Amino acid sequence: MNVTMNVNGKPYTRDVEPRTLLVHFLREDLLLTGTHVGCDTSQCGACTVHVDGEAVKSCTVLAVQADGMDVTTIEGIGTPGDLHPLQTGFWEKHGLQCGYCTPGMIMASAELLKHNPSPSEQEIRYHLEGNYCRCTGYHNIVKAVQHAAEIMAQGGQAGGQAADD
Amino acid sequence: MTGNESRTDKYFGQALKRKEDPRFITGTGNYTDDIVLPGMLHAAMVRSPYPHAKIGGINKESVTGMPGVVAVLTGQDIADAGIGSIPVGWLLPELKTPAHPAIALTEANHVGDIVAVVVAENRALAEDAASMLEVDYEPLPSVAFAGAAIAEGAPVVHDDVPGNVAFNWEIGDATAVQEGFNAAYKTVKLKLTNQRLIPNAIEPRASLAQFTPASGEYLLYTTSQNPHIHRLILAAFVMNIPEHKLRVISPDVGGGFGSKIFQYQEEVIMLLAARLMGRPVKWTARRSEAFVSDMQGRDHETETEMAVDKDGKMLAFRVNTLANLGAYQTLFAPAVPTYLYGTLCNGVYKLPAVHVKVQGVMTNTVPVDAYRGAGRPEATYAIERTVDAMAHALGEDPAEFRRKNFIQPEDFPYQTPVALVYDSGNYEPALDMALGMMKYPELRAEQERMKGSNKILGVSVISYVEACGLAPSALVGQLGAQAGQWESSLVRVYPTGKVELFTGSHSHGQGHETAFPQIAADELQIPIEDIDLVHGDTGRMPYGWGTYGSRSAAVGGSALKVALQKITAKAKKIAAHLLEASEEDVEHENGVFRIKGAPDQSKTFFDVALMAHLAHSLPDGMEPGLEATAFYDPKNFVYPFGTHMAVVEIDTDTGKVDLRNYGCVDDCGPLINPLIVEGQVHGGIAQGAGQALWEEGAYDEEGNLLAASYMEYTMPRADDLPMYQIDHTVTPSPHNPLGVKGIGESGTIASSAAVANAVLDALWHECGIEHLDMPYTAEKVWKAIRDSRAGMGQAADD
Repeated sequence: MNVTMNVNGKPYTRDVEPRTLLVHFLREDLLLTGTHVGCDTSQCGACTVHVDGEAVKSCTVLAVQADGMDVTTIEGIGTPGDLHPLQTGFWEKHGLQCGYCTPGMIMASAELLKHNPSPSEQEIRYHLEGNYCRCTGYHNIVKAVQHAAEIMAQGGQAGGQAADD
Repeated sequence: MTGNESRTDKYFGQALKRKEDPRFITGTGNYTDDIVLPGMLHAAMVRSPYPHAKIGGINKESVTGMPGVVAVLTGQDIADAGIGSIPVGWLLPELKTPAHPAIALTEANHVGDIVAVVVAENRALAEDAASMLEVDYEPLPSVAFAGAAIAEGAPVVHDDVPGNVAFNWEIGDATAVQEGFNAAYKTVKLKLTNQRLIPNAIEPRASLAQFTPASGEYLLYTTSQNPHIHRLILAAFVMNIPEHKLRVISPDVGGGFGSKIFQYQEEVIMLLAARLMGRPVKWTARRSEAFVSDMQGRDHETETEMAVDKDGKMLAFRVNTLANLGAYQTLFAPAVPTYLYGTLCNGVYKLPAVHVKVQGVMTNTVPVDAYRGAGRPEATYAIERTVDAMAHALGEDPAEFRRKNFIQPEDFPYQTPVALVYDSGNYEPALDMALGMMKYPELRAEQERMKGSNKILGVSVISYVEACGLAPSALVGQLGAQAGQWESSLVRVYPTGKVELFTGSHSHGQGHETAFPQIAADELQIPIEDIDLVHGDTGRMPYGWGTYGSRSAAVGGSALKVALQKITAKAKKIAAHLLEASEEDVEHENGVFRIKGAPDQSKTFFDVALMAHLAHSLPDGMEPGLEATAFYDPKNFVYPFGTHMAVVEIDTDTGKVDLRNYGCVDDCGPLINPLIVEGQVHGGIAQGAGQALWEEGAYDEEGNLLAASYMEYTMPRADDLPMYQIDHTVTPSPHNPLGVKGIGESGTIASSAAVANAVLDALWHECGIEHLDMPYTAEKVWKAIRDSRAGMGQAADD
């Protein structure tokens, strides 16, 4: 069946099997492979994207459920020449090692900063408890999000296409 | 851009942000499952649901008519293709090595063992058909635990491993140890379980193979920490492919932690399928498959005994371990619970006698091999738990009991009673820094204040040493390794002065693409922006042995240093020639080659690189080009060490353990990039804390994995852990050109023991509990507190 959605600001229409998960639609039909799959029980958060501005684990949503919606992936929130403050934060603070969980971490953190521009350490940790990282022990992820919050507080703009609009 | 900007700063030691990060933070990394080849098919594995079963008929026709199905492969197809057993890479004397076929032919030996493979037009169709394939199983008796597997009448996993014992191994002098016990003022004895762990790199394993019939060439993309090892095993031992016809690429790899060292069944299957189908074939593990097919870790049942004299000086340490190897022996499996474990059971102490006995036992569980630390966390746990028990028995402070038994700085190089020669060390400064950083006396006072309340405090101080930088080849060869353990590096300078480095080490999170150029930028005295590192492709790099055993900096980095020295030596000759000076009169400083005493007479690195390639004016007889390869074989292991401290708060009403603070002082020699080093320590701490508090690859008695998804296997999440306090001392290794040791595993090697001892410190102070096995789940801790209070005459359920 046909699904149509705006992904990172561009409209796409594809013919998919009804059972196609949003994450597979993004990765396999649109070749947006920045969104990763780390588990099959919606526990790891590597597949987190934004659907109509809400952080969603794209392995728990069917592509057809996102029909007509706006989807933002890691590829859409900033580019190497115009990074989102969170991308800068993760880079500056060494908030990643293997990089596999990173897109999900950034997308989940973006939602946090949207609702809470200056979260405490505990608020960051609580908000990210749906995202596994096996490399960093989370220490530098917390610092990365704090750093991003500081950049945004100083008026740093989200790079690329605005994250959630 | 041509040429190099001038520079005078030094990169080694700087906390540079990583060169590799822009692709990861923008979602443009390139992991194996991201790769799409034209005409690509997908494979799905059919895995045994039984821990042990005879495989009867497999009815291929049950799925061949299903949509998109291209082929079904079974163990018979593997046998018909003449494909060999997956070999063991480390042989111990009289080691039993049962066959390990890529697809089980007659018998499945653990839940998850592959019994058939469906290849189809896409992944969903392959998985549909795999779930429908009719396989006749005849379940056989099975066994999951090492102790049960060696009992009289236990089910036998492999007929050619009678009694399920794959090896008996020992090290040290049993008689000397007994003499120590005979002379003892006090002894303690502990029974410890170091539970099964599941590594869980967040990227599931994946492989994609392509075959080109006209040339006979194979290409394999796979999630490997060591693509050359994969190629060697696949070409020479399993697939019988000429080695130069197999190119193995490990692109971006999403974490390894040991679990991506091994040459896995699925890689063989992809290569065969690609050849048989004439199309590329990809497989990507689901997490549920990873749980039953990624190599697992730890799983020791251990008894330790320690003897001390009346001054509290250690006399002897005895260790007896049953190591559960699982259903097959894989690449390093025999080395992990022996040479990477028994040899470390001396710890940081001046111990006159140590004896370690290990029995390797086969069971109907997923195979066990290297997982971050690989043997050394188990050793640290065995010795450091016992040291705390002894400190309690003597009524001594655990920090001071350790201090008075430390090997002293003047004792290095230090020959232990269990074979190793520690290269360098100075243990007391790390201990003192850690005690100061964590305010140890205040913590003890706080612990006293909290005693008797429903929140109790536990504090630990553990000191560790580990052996890494694998490894001196001749030595490990004598010990049974079937591989060399040196590393290579190629430095290629282009006419424009830009540089590519090639290493046989592999980065799957460790930041090689930054740290290696830091080393090179200093040696070549050019900006780091002009240097890139290439790794992970057997088609582009010289030979190498990959990344594990915290070897990349100490061995791969040293190889790079030697290759760079060859480059600068040749560059200096060319510069001297261009400056019409003798080589002795030329110095390489501040990014230029110049005549000593005549600073205006100079040539840049670019001038030299360009002339090396133009070759219009080179010294007589010199070959053109500016490129060098080095093969570096380390003279010894390196021995990082340090002190770790954990502070836990336990709610005695619920048993919940809160890891409140964690601090450590590690010594890995000089730090190439402190940001990367600290990141490695953070992640290591989290994994060790995970073992201590939550993680357990639990099986039932028959070998059914009970913790088979993230719903049951509990890894630490962001809100489970504190910020870590980290510091370093710097004691260089005397035997490699960078002086560096390793840091990739130290955190994990120390932290499960540190967190365990903190929990037991609380429980011992509050209730006199001497030992409890990890993981310290709320239920387990609550029950232990309840039982101890019941034993002390209090109501059981209050």
